[in-house]
Amino acid sequence: MDLMEYQAKELFARHDVPVTLGRVVEDAADAAGAAEALGGRVVVKAQVKAGGRGKAGGVKLAATPADATDRARDILGMDIKGHTVRRVLVAPAADIAEEYYFSFLVDRANRNYLCIASTEGGVEIEEVAHTNPDAIAKVSIDPATGVDEAKAAEIVAAAGFPAEAASVVQKLWAVFIAEDASLVEVNPLVKLADGSLEALDGKVTLDENAAYRHPDHAAFDGKAAADPLEAAAQEKGLNYVKLDGSVGIIGNGAGLVMSTLDVVAYAGEAHGGVKPANFLDIGGGASAEVMANGLSIILGDPQVRSVFVNVFGGITACDAVSNGIVQALALLGDQANKPLVVRLDGNNVDEGRRILARANHPLVTVVDTMDGAADRAAELAAQA
Amino acid sequence: MAIFLTEKSRVVVQGMTGAEGQKHTSRMLAAGTDIVGGVTPGKGGQSVDFAKRSIPVYDSCADAVKSTGADVSVVFVPPRFTKGAVIEAIDAGIPLVVVITEGVPVHDTAAFFAHAQAAGTRIIGPNSPGLISPGRANAGIIPADIAGPGRIGLVSKSGTLTYQMMYELREYGFTTAIGIGGDPIIGTTHIDALRAFQDDPDTDAIVMIGEIGGDAEERAAAFIQDNVTKPVVGYVAGFTAPEGKTMGHAGAIVSGSSGTAAAKQEALEAVGVKVGKTPSEAARLMREALEQLLVH
Repeated sequence: MDLMEYQAKELFARHDVPVTLGRVVEDAADAAGAAEALGGRVVVKAQVKAGGRGKAGGVKLAATPADATDRARDILGMDIKGHTVRRVLVAPAADIAEEYYFSFLVDRANRNYLCIASTEGGVEIEEVAHTNPDAIAKVSIDPATGVDEAKAAEIVAAAGFPAEAASVVQKLWAVFIAEDASLVEVNPLVKLADGSLEALDGKVTLDENAAYRHPDHAAFDGKAAADPLEAAAQEKGLNYVKLDGSVGIIGNGAGLVMSTLDVVAYAGEAHGGVKPANFLDIGGGASAEVMANGLSIILGDPQVRSVFVNVFGGITACDAVSNGIVQALALLGDQANKPLVVRLDGNNVDEGRRILARANHPLVTVVDTMDGAADRAAELAAQA
Repeated sequence: MAIFLTEKSRVVVQGMTGAEGQKHTSRMLAAGTDIVGGVTPGKGGQSVDFAKRSIPVYDSCADAVKSTGADVSVVFVPPRFTKGAVIEAIDAGIPLVVVITEGVPVHDTAAFFAHAQAAGTRIIGPNSPGLISPGRANAGIIPADIAGPGRIGLVSKSGTLTYQMMYELREYGFTTAIGIGGDPIIGTTHIDALRAFQDDPDTDAIVMIGEIGGDAEERAAAFIQDNVTKPVVGYVAGFTAPEGKTMGHAGAIVSGSSGTAAAKQEALEAVGVKVGKTPSEAARLMREALEQLLVH
């Protein structure tokens, strides 16, 4: 789960990372009052889970409280990389002497942690990596020992930060580990005119697998902002991602479902460019209830014209999947009104196919191969 | 031969007394795996009856190793106990730990992987279907009846795509098929499996299945260029995945220009790996590669 800047700063504050929290407002009229309380000269910053807010015009300086409201009005409702701005952070304008870049992240290649730090902050780090790679320090961190005082000093020296930054580095490490984050990024980390350090921005990705250790993190989850179908799927515990096409997809296993999207898109090329409508992984247990929930979400998508159920029975037995489909169609009644193409293979496939043949549901077509079934589903979507 | 897991492997199951552990122990036994014990703290001294054998339960991995000489552990314990269970297996000196559990916090995986590296233990997973050396042994949840023994090695991030590809190539069979898992940190990578298949005299050709996100496939391509002489066929899932949406696996996300299937395909093809656009096309490319081997 990605956090917005103000949420990241809340986490930073819990671990004594120097930050100024500012005020979050959703109504532009409230920005003036927030600016007034913060001393007048402020920065109004769009709160969205996307990078490049500054470039997109989502960060503006306001000299007066009235100005803050004007700027908030400009920014609220803006679209930044597909995210609509619903709230802005009003923060005191800082007197910046120097800007640094800092992050801790999971290093997949080396299967440990990596710290990236640079005295060239305030711009996109990818850009610095391109134009001035020598200005970026990369320090590998052993999960067994973490970032102690000595490691923090090593990082600070490698990056060319002032020595007093070491304590901020250790506090950010505390955020990374104690909050189960897979990314903690501060850009910029600034040295103010008075010599003190402050995290002027923050980007945090929390590990959802660790949610059970952090009941308080649930408050950061902005369900309202998600797509309504995705929100409904989330409520039912389904692994669903809304896409733009017209062939609804249900499958088991993330890899197979991703592959199904590809195969449908390729098949769709022969049928006027038909595309998949969603990603939905029903995982190992394809009970009738899970199947009904999944079908109900997909049939609730007005863009869907046909549905492709693609299951390779590993642990899941195909007869259970077939029973799930038959019962789901009965449960859904009139709501089930789009053709279903089903492809089953693997564990108990013969019985699975027999059950569907016996049920002889007018909406269901069984096709033996994944490629053939994708083609049929695309064809049906194109005809509808 | 096979890689990592053979008919000589002596397997313990951590979490064998749980519902999942019991179900899959039964399947692993049916596939011919030599399961020598289960580990559940507090249940030592009990035993669990399966169709043909009664399997003893031990309180700890150390006890199980002392009594049975186990050299593989398959971990079925829930996420919050996984780190402790894996560290226990490592400390008991078990050289191969296969972690099936899905949903392990990444900091826990980082911690037990660092511990495993220091001890010289191989970890497979987490969030892995395990591995099967058909006709010899099965450590995990891959169905044993999809394909039999043969001369193809298969390595994949995804469970069900592993099954699909085994099914597509069932007439040829496999030395070993291994699911390495889709988490951001995994104990055994594509590269580790490629190296082992290259060194295995009974593996003639290798299928490598990847997916969007990260750069593991690109790194595997660089490794293949320098180290692999056997034919490799690739398949990458997620060509049509949009940017910024996580597709099921925590690691399966395209961010900006990195992690795309097209970039992975390009990297693999640049080093001579034939990449199929679909599982069936990849299977066809593998059949052609095997026919080529027969000709020469």
